[in-house]
Amino acid sequence: MSKLKWQELTPGGVITEPGNSKSYRTGDWRSRRPIWNKDACSHCMLCPIHCPDSSIKVKDKKMTGIDYDHCKGCGICANICPKNAIEMHNESEYK
Amino acid sequence: MPTFAQKTQSKCTTKANINKGSAVSKTVAKTGTGAVAEAMRQINPDVVAAYPITPQTAIVEEFSSFAANGKVKTEMITVESEHSAMSACIGASAAGARVMTATSSAGLALMWEVLYVAAGCRLPIVMPMVNRALSAPLNIHCDHSDSMGARDAGWIQLYSENSQEAYDNVIQAVRIAEHSDVRLPVMVMLDGFITSHAIERFDMIDDKTTQAFVSEFKPFSPLLDTDKPSTHGPFDLFDYYFEHRRSQAEAMKKSKQVILDVAKEYEKLTGRKYDLYKSYQLEDAEVAVVVLSSTAGTAVSVVDKLRDEGIKAGLMVPRVIRPFPAEEYAKALTHVKAVSVMDRSDSFNAEGAPLYTELTAAMYQSGGRPVMSNYIFGLGGRDVHPSDIEKVYRDTLDNAHNGKVKKAVNYLGVRGDE
Repeated sequence: MSKLKWQELTPGGVITEPGNSKSYRTGDWRSRRPIWNKDACSHCMLCPIHCPDSSIKVKDKKMTGIDYDHCKGCGICANICPKNAIEMHNESEYK
Repeated sequence: MPTFAQKTQSKCTTKANINKGSAVSKTVAKTGTGAVAEAMRQINPDVVAAYPITPQTAIVEEFSSFAANGKVKTEMITVESEHSAMSACIGASAAGARVMTATSSAGLALMWEVLYVAAGCRLPIVMPMVNRALSAPLNIHCDHSDSMGARDAGWIQLYSENSQEAYDNVIQAVRIAEHSDVRLPVMVMLDGFITSHAIERFDMIDDKTTQAFVSEFKPFSPLLDTDKPSTHGPFDLFDYYFEHRRSQAEAMKKSKQVILDVAKEYEKLTGRKYDLYKSYQLEDAEVAVVVLSSTAGTAVSVVDKLRDEGIKAGLMVPRVIRPFPAEEYAKALTHVKAVSVMDRSDSFNAEGAPLYTELTAAMYQSGGRPVMSNYIFGLGGRDVHPSDIEKVYRDTLDNAHNGKVKKAVNYLGVRGDE
C-alpha cells in the first residue's frame, strides 16, 4: 500500500473504511523472522491458536506457511512448537 | 458619549455603536457570564458537558437553568472533573453532536491532555474560557496564564474585551470551528470578574437569526452513522502521525481567512465589525501599546489623554492569538517607532511574556522594526490603572526618542521596584 500525502488524509485521521487494518503491513515492524521447517512439522495446530496476529496460514487443517505481511516476529510460535519446526532468525539476514 | 468599549469596537470608529444590521436586536444588561450563557442558549448545542470552576461557574449555572426549563434541547452531562468534561465533549462531538463546554484556570489545566485530543481529532468544540490566574499561590482573579499556557494545544483562540465581544465571539466561534476548511476547537476568552461578573449593556440578536447564522452542524463521518461505520482517534505511528499533524497545521493556517469571512457575514446581521485585531489611533501613531481583552478599554482613555497633549499615541488590541496573524500584526505596527506589549501573564522563560515574544518574532520578518518592550501586569487580578498605562506610554516615548529600549522586560504595578 503506497503511503498517502498529508493533503490526502481525512481530518483527524478518521478511518472511514471499516476493517482496513488488513491492508496495514505490521510485518514491517518485525526484527526476528520465524522460519518454518515443513518436514519437521506435525500440523498439531498449536501455533495458529497461539499466534496473536493470525499470521499462521492454515488450509484443510494443515499449516501452509507464515503471513509475513502481518507477522510481527514475536516468536510465540517457535516457543510453543513441540517439534522445533519453527526457528527464529534475524530479519537482517533477509534484507 | 460612547463608552471605551464602543470606541474600541473593531477598527475603532468613535461613533456610538448603532446597530445597522439586518437582525432584530435588543439591548440588555447582563454579566459577561450571562451574555455567554445567552449566546449558548441561542446556539442550542446538542451536548454540554461541564464542571464548575470560578469564575466560569455562572455560565454553566445559567445555561443549566435554560436546559432544566426546556429553553434548549441540550443534553447536559454533569461530570466529576474537567478532564472528564472535555473527554465527554470529545466523545459527543465525534458521535456527531454540536458540543460546548466552559472553563477557567485550573479547570483548563486539568483538561490539558484532552485539549490536544480535541484538536488532533479535529472536533469543532466551542469553549468559553474565563481567564483566571493559575495556582500557586491560590488565586481566583483575572490574568491570562491559563489560556496563554494552552496556546499551542491546537485550539483557535479569540479574546474578548467586554460582554458584547464575548457574546459575538461565541456565536461566530461555532461557524469558525465547524467550517470544512477548519474543523478545529475554539476557545473564546473573557476576563475573569472584570468582564465575567460585571453587569454591562450589550446588544443581543434574536434567537431565530442566531439559529439561522449557526445553521445545522454537519459532522465529518460521525460515529453514530451506523450505515457508514468509522473509527475516530486511531493509533498512529511514525509513518502517518507527522502527516496528520501537518494537515492539522494547515487547518489552523486556513482558519485565519475563515475567521474574517465569518466576521463579514456576522457584520451584515449586527452592524458590528470584527477583524483579527482592532486598533485605536494607530494609523499615524509614533508609539503604540498592544494589550488584550478588558484592559483595552482603560488604554483607550489614556490614548485620548495623550492625544490631547499632542502625543501620537496608538493602541492595538489583538482578537486572534491562535492562529497568530504575524503578517497582519507586524503590518499594523511596522510604521510605529516604539511599541510596548502589555502581557497579563508571564512565561517564566526568564525573558519576555507570550504576546511580546510572538509579536517581536513577527516584527523580525517584517520591514519596519520598532523598538519593542514588554510590560507584565495585572497578575492574579492586580488592578491596572490609567496612570500605569500612561507610564508605559511615557517609557515607550523615551524608547522612541532614544531609538532603543531602556529595559526590554518590565513588571508593571508590582511592589519593590520590579
